[in-house]
Amino acid sequence: MPDLDAFRAEVRDWLDANCPEEMRQPMESEADIVWGGKKFNFTEPQKLWLDRMAAKGWTVPEWPVEYGGAGLSKPEAKVLREEMQRIKARTPLQSFGIWMLGPALLKYGTHEQKLEHLPPIARGEIRWAQGYSEPNAGSDLASLMTKCEDKGDHYLVNGQKVWTSYADRADWIFVLVRTDFDAPKHLGISFILVDMDQPGVSTRPIKLISGRSPFCETFFDDARAEKHNLVGELNRGWDVAKYLLTHEREMIGGMGSGAMRPMGDIAVQQIGLDESGRLADPMLRTDIARAEIDGLAFMATMERVADEAKAGQGTGANSSMLKYYGTEFNKRRLELMMDSAGSEALEWGADDDVARNWLRTKGNSIEGGTSEVQLNIIAKRILELPSA
Amino acid sequence: MSMVLNDDANMLKDAARGFLGKSAPVSQLRKLRDDGSEDGFDRQTWAAMAEMGWTGVLVPEAHGGVDMGYVAAGVIAEEMGRTLTASPYLSTAVMGATALSRFGSDAQKSEWLPKLAAGEAVTAVAVDEGRKHNPARVGVTAERSGNGFRLNGRKGFVAEGHVADMLIVSARTAGGEADAEGITLFLVPRNAAGVSVERADMVDSRNSASVTLENVDVTADAVLGEVDGGLKPLEAVLDAGRAGLAAEMSGSAQQCLETTADYLKERKQFGQIIGTFQALQHRAAHLYSEVELGKSIVLKALQTLDAAPEHAAMMVCAAKAKLGQVAQLAAREAIQMHGGIGMTDEFDIGFYIKRIRVAEALYGDANYHADKFARMRKY
Ligand SMILES: Cc1cc2nc3c(=O)[nH]c(=O)nc-3n(C[C@H](O)[C@H](O)[C@H](O)COP(=O)(O)OP(=O)(O)OC[C@H]3O[C@@H](n4cnc5c(N)ncnc54)[C@H](O)[C@@H]3O)c2cc1C
Repeated sequence: MPDLDAFRAEVRDWLDANCPEEMRQPMESEADIVWGGKKFNFTEPQKLWLDRMAAKGWTVPEWPVEYGGAGLSKPEAKVLREEMQRIKARTPLQSFGIWMLGPALLKYGTHEQKLEHLPPIARGEIRWAQGYSEPNAGSDLASLMTKCEDKGDHYLVNGQKVWTSYADRADWIFVLVRTDFDAPKHLGISFILVDMDQPGVSTRPIKLISGRSPFCETFFDDARAEKHNLVGELNRGWDVAKYLLTHEREMIGGMGSGAMRPMGDIAVQQIGLDESGRLADPMLRTDIARAEIDGLAFMATMERVADEAKAGQGTGANSSMLKYYGTEFNKRRLELMMDSAGSEALEWGADDDVARNWLRTKGNSIEGGTSEVQLNIIAKRILELPSA
Repeated sequence: MSMVLNDDANMLKDAARGFLGKSAPVSQLRKLRDDGSEDGFDRQTWAAMAEMGWTGVLVPEAHGGVDMGYVAAGVIAEEMGRTLTASPYLSTAVMGATALSRFGSDAQKSEWLPKLAAGEAVTAVAVDEGRKHNPARVGVTAERSGNGFRLNGRKGFVAEGHVADMLIVSARTAGGEADAEGITLFLVPRNAAGVSVERADMVDSRNSASVTLENVDVTADAVLGEVDGGLKPLEAVLDAGRAGLAAEMSGSAQQCLETTADYLKERKQFGQIIGTFQALQHRAAHLYSEVELGKSIVLKALQTLDAAPEHAAMMVCAAKAKLGQVAQLAAREAIQMHGGIGMTDEFDIGFYIKRIRVAEALYGDANYHADKFARMRKY
């Protein structure tokens, strides 16, 4: 423990000296998230904060130093998180690279693949998209049909992906492709990395109910992929895909509970208190109190599941529980925020207004595997209920 | 602090599960009920618990306890919730020990704590007077008389009241009936002149009583903590009890879930195991998620009680509110997914839904705690 205390003191000093004031304000909305990549428009403080943190390896603190991380142990990484929370420092960088591809490469990639792809993720230079879903492969993802052929010194990819989040703002894409059309469906899939900066890859934004266009159709027309960018074994991509999904689920599940302003505070500001000091809308007050309690319990659960994983306890399928509960909770949270904001929330406003966020959360329980699919997984893998 | 149990707590959990499953399963509660037991708990089991140190789990070593803290106390309560073991554990080892060790004078500690640790004395907390929990509403009066106080009034819903050797009573020494100030806690021997206790016949077959105080004279030494400043220590004692109840409900909820999941793998209808029906799978999976949240918030509350008891109120409040909701869901879903058999007295689920109802109401139900949570959060 003395080592950790020393580390804590060091982290505290460094953060105090290096975290820009603007990056210590709570995020108002998703528009404040720093995604990185060649096409990202940074504000000055965002860029400064990202560069300083990346230089320390603290955008991905647990990754090895040679791949852009800081090689921190789990307890050290927890200290860093706690100290960042203490001064309300924002996360300097969030991305599919950090949440999804990174963990998958660390587990399944070769040393060369890691060296090539991980440091640019850590520095926020390359932004990744996820090419999983297809028009006819949603919940039943393993029925995907995007074709990948061996052309000797490279692969050729043809097909269509859909619901590809931020594909129009991404630089590279990790894609699930079919490399064997005769094998059983789970055993003919491969996991491959494709540079999107080529004529064979094109994207078309899809407009959502929120009026935003965060996701796209992605087309592959004779797109080229390098041989050394196949991750894991040929036709064994499903293992990589599933492993990555568990990380994606935990990330999506945790979205609604992080550094957001508490619902009660927002409601007090919007609605005010009555003479007895209670929120002037008593029914909403009750709903918010219950939701905040569930939020606390959910955050404690994320913490416990992570600590259990560190201790080698618990079940990996708990990522489905976190995904299910966290996304349903986030939908509930935004419903309450709509209730609180009243008629003012019903006008289309800025890109980050509450109505757009409310509508956006409806997708939380669909993306990364729907709530129903998560419940199926819990029933099967955790409760061990039989399949029909 | 890591949200996994350390080795000591894990060993305690295994030991508790082993002991309670063998020596105090639900059938023991059923028998106590069917026999019309006067004590409402099994004295032999209680003695065995004392031998294992459970009654001293929150008693300092200097006073004969093992001083393992609230996480350990909660682990025991949780296992008791799985088996619905009837005992004065919560009122004595959790609440009585908290009251005395944290707020007792040296003399009070030396008199009572060794007896609590040895399982030789039972305490009960007499707080509520109306049908809904409200610790600040105190109509029982304590008027100065001579160098002591004279108590008058009536308390209800006093868990373990009729088997207690000593009652911890909140009484008004100043102010109006609903004032936070002016409440004082007294240690009143159960056999003091003017104390009458009447046991209630409860849905959960557990012990609860009403206590009438008629000109009960106590000396100034009977005051626990400060005169007129009793609400703070009372809340701390209640919080210990609430966390214990939340842990107990967590155990009960886990048991309901597991029993139900087992039944879903066994029962056949339409030529199929009913667990293959997705409608039931999703209900069970949702319940699993809620039960997991319950486990986490209970552990958080217990850890906070150990680390910073003066800052634990919010977490305890959240835990009691959440577990009230989760455990009731678990019991309701368990009955529904068992079909007709779940409605029979012969089957154990009924004992769970009844006990959970009482535990939910005791020291504030989910509504009470949601409201309190909002007040603490200033909305
Ligand atoms: C905001 C958002 C972002 C996304 N981002 C990406 C991305 O970046 N990359 C990517 O590849 N994909 C992405 N997706 C796609 C997402 O993974 C799919 O939408 C999801 O897997 C569901 O597939 P589907 O839309 O085809 O729905 P379907 O699978 O057709 O589902 C329709 C309904 O049927 C239910 N259902 C299906 N199967 C079962 C079953 N076995 N049991 C019970 N109910 C069932 C579903 O729960 C749902 O309610 C995104 C989706 C959204 C909403």
